[in-house]
Amino acid sequence: MNDLGEKNKLRRDDYYYRLKQEIEEFLYDEAELLDQRNFSEWLDILSDDLIYFMPIRRNVKFGTHNEKENTREGYDISWFEEDKWTLSKRIDQIHTGKHWAEEPLSRVSRMITNIQLQNVKPTMQEPCEVGIKSRFLIYQNRSENECNTFYGKRSDILRLETGVWKLIRREIILDQNILMAKNLSIFF
Amino acid sequence: MAEKDNYSGMVDGINGLIDRQIFANEKIYSIELERVFTRSWLLIGHETQIPNNGDFISSRMGAESVILCRDPNRKIHVFLNTCTHRGMKVCLYDEGNTATFTCPFHAWSFATDGKLVGVPHEKDLYSKSLDKEKWSLIEVAQMYNYKGSIWATWDKSAPNFIEYLGGAKDHLDLALDSLDGSEGGTEVFGGVHKWISPCNWKVPAENFCGDSYHNVSHISVDMVGIGPSAGSGEKGRRDNELVDAQHLWISFPGGHGIHSAMKPANNEYIEAYKDNPIVEEYYRHCYKERELKLGERARIVPFVGTIFPNTSFHGRQPRALCSWHPNGPQSSQISRFFLVDKAAPKEVKDLVRRYYMRYAGPAGMTEQDDMENWNQATASCNGAIARRFPFNYQQSMGDYKINDPVPGMVSTQMTEENARQFYKCWASYMESQDWGKIMSHPAQTATGNGI
Repeated sequence: MNDLGEKNKLRRDDYYYRLKQEIEEFLYDEAELLDQRNFSEWLDILSDDLIYFMPIRRNVKFGTHNEKENTREGYDISWFEEDKWTLSKRIDQIHTGKHWAEEPLSRVSRMITNIQLQNVKPTMQEPCEVGIKSRFLIYQNRSENECNTFYGKRSDILRLETGVWKLIRREIILDQNILMAKNLSIFF
Repeated sequence: MAEKDNYSGMVDGINGLIDRQIFANEKIYSIELERVFTRSWLLIGHETQIPNNGDFISSRMGAESVILCRDPNRKIHVFLNTCTHRGMKVCLYDEGNTATFTCPFHAWSFATDGKLVGVPHEKDLYSKSLDKEKWSLIEVAQMYNYKGSIWATWDKSAPNFIEYLGGAKDHLDLALDSLDGSEGGTEVFGGVHKWISPCNWKVPAENFCGDSYHNVSHISVDMVGIGPSAGSGEKGRRDNELVDAQHLWISFPGGHGIHSAMKPANNEYIEAYKDNPIVEEYYRHCYKERELKLGERARIVPFVGTIFPNTSFHGRQPRALCSWHPNGPQSSQISRFFLVDKAAPKEVKDLVRRYYMRYAGPAGMTEQDDMENWNQATASCNGAIARRFPFNYQQSMGDYKINDPVPGMVSTQMTEENARQFYKCWASYMESQDWGKIMSHPAQTATGNGI
């Protein structure tokens, strides 16, 4: 993940905050759809060319983090490297009522915070594409007493498609090495 | 029962009854670490994970951390990841390249051949006492590089790896050889799945040694269709490459359980990997090549298997090696790496990589449901009442042949025989039997006419 160096930092003006508010609403609406298990509606806010990526994170020597810490999109095995099609399959699977890792459904709450915009294209005044950094804290409770807590970072790109924001890219950085949960059966 | 060490009694293959305590009891678990995991051959990793001198990865044997590395003479080693001075891990990384492993605690340092090469203030503090030769990293008793996969055991007296594999070797080959039938030639994708699952390690090991009965558990993915031809409208979680094949459940000496299949004599290629014509063509081409190379032997095609005690493989859809590391009586740390033909075109690597990810592991649509089953089945073994009631392993009792139609103890219908033999072998280890007893097996004593 790139850091938000001063050089790349967008100017904090009215346009920035107005857009940020709009994007925050989008992300909260999205979290609400998922928390309320409206998976099919969630699918509608994903662009047809979505990339949904969660690398595996390795313990590596200091100084090699940039090249080695995360598994590479397009080359390695990661936790997720999905497109809209596979996500729709995951939703279909839940809807069979026989996906035992999510039947009965988990209880999930998603907290999305630390939202900052970057790479707004073409202009802040008339944005068509927005890069967003955020943090997530997701609580999953399932079956009787099984709990998982997922902390991490998201790096999203939204694009305006016929007047509506759609998610075209999501990179999910889960802050774990050996995965502590038995399954990643929820959406991030 | 554990107190009496009557492990054979707990795994009653004659009546098909297995005591639930073996999946829950603390004492049994700690004895397993001592008697099963210090003797049997365990999977460590793959040579393509450490291509260069000085390359290393962290792995695990039983509940202990080990290092797999390549020394300056290209020799591969497996060491216990513990400083011989005071025990701190000498390697804190999942992978990397190094000239030495230097302990963070007191800075003893070890070369990648294991030798102790650096002791701070050695002359002043240790001139009269320390024989450095004796304090190398602790190395496994035997290591074997089998077609790139690296295996090791702590037992000097264990049969060599090839002998240990016995007839299971032909089936492990189905995962490790190239699709066109040439020997070896597989590599590992970067990125190793490592996760913790609340199940006893034997539950998934048994699952992979031929529990085809649990197929129904995966009905959700079968309904939805996630295979490598799913984009072309095929249902199922994999392509139906075995539609005309005779499934075979085969148990081998040493407790290995295999589920493979035998194609009919005409050995027709079943179209698969239809989502990309280049990939489809590759599999078709390789299939024909393999038949030309292997002839009659090419009729045997892979499914899954477990090499005793805790290494399992998927032969093809998806293709991977997996270890179920004991992590407590009711917890396993699982690691899995995925295989592909080194020579495969990029389109093949891309398609199978993405298929592997949506199929397997904790994010995999198929295996998530396994994890749920393994978790709850393990948890049931805690119950004061539940554990009075053994599990039922009575499926297809006696329905097997020896070395017919292939070598081994073979069932041509779904069976729990592989599991019964797995646990029989487990009991031999647990009762500290000699290797002759451990390797004794119905298929060993009979003579047959296998191909």
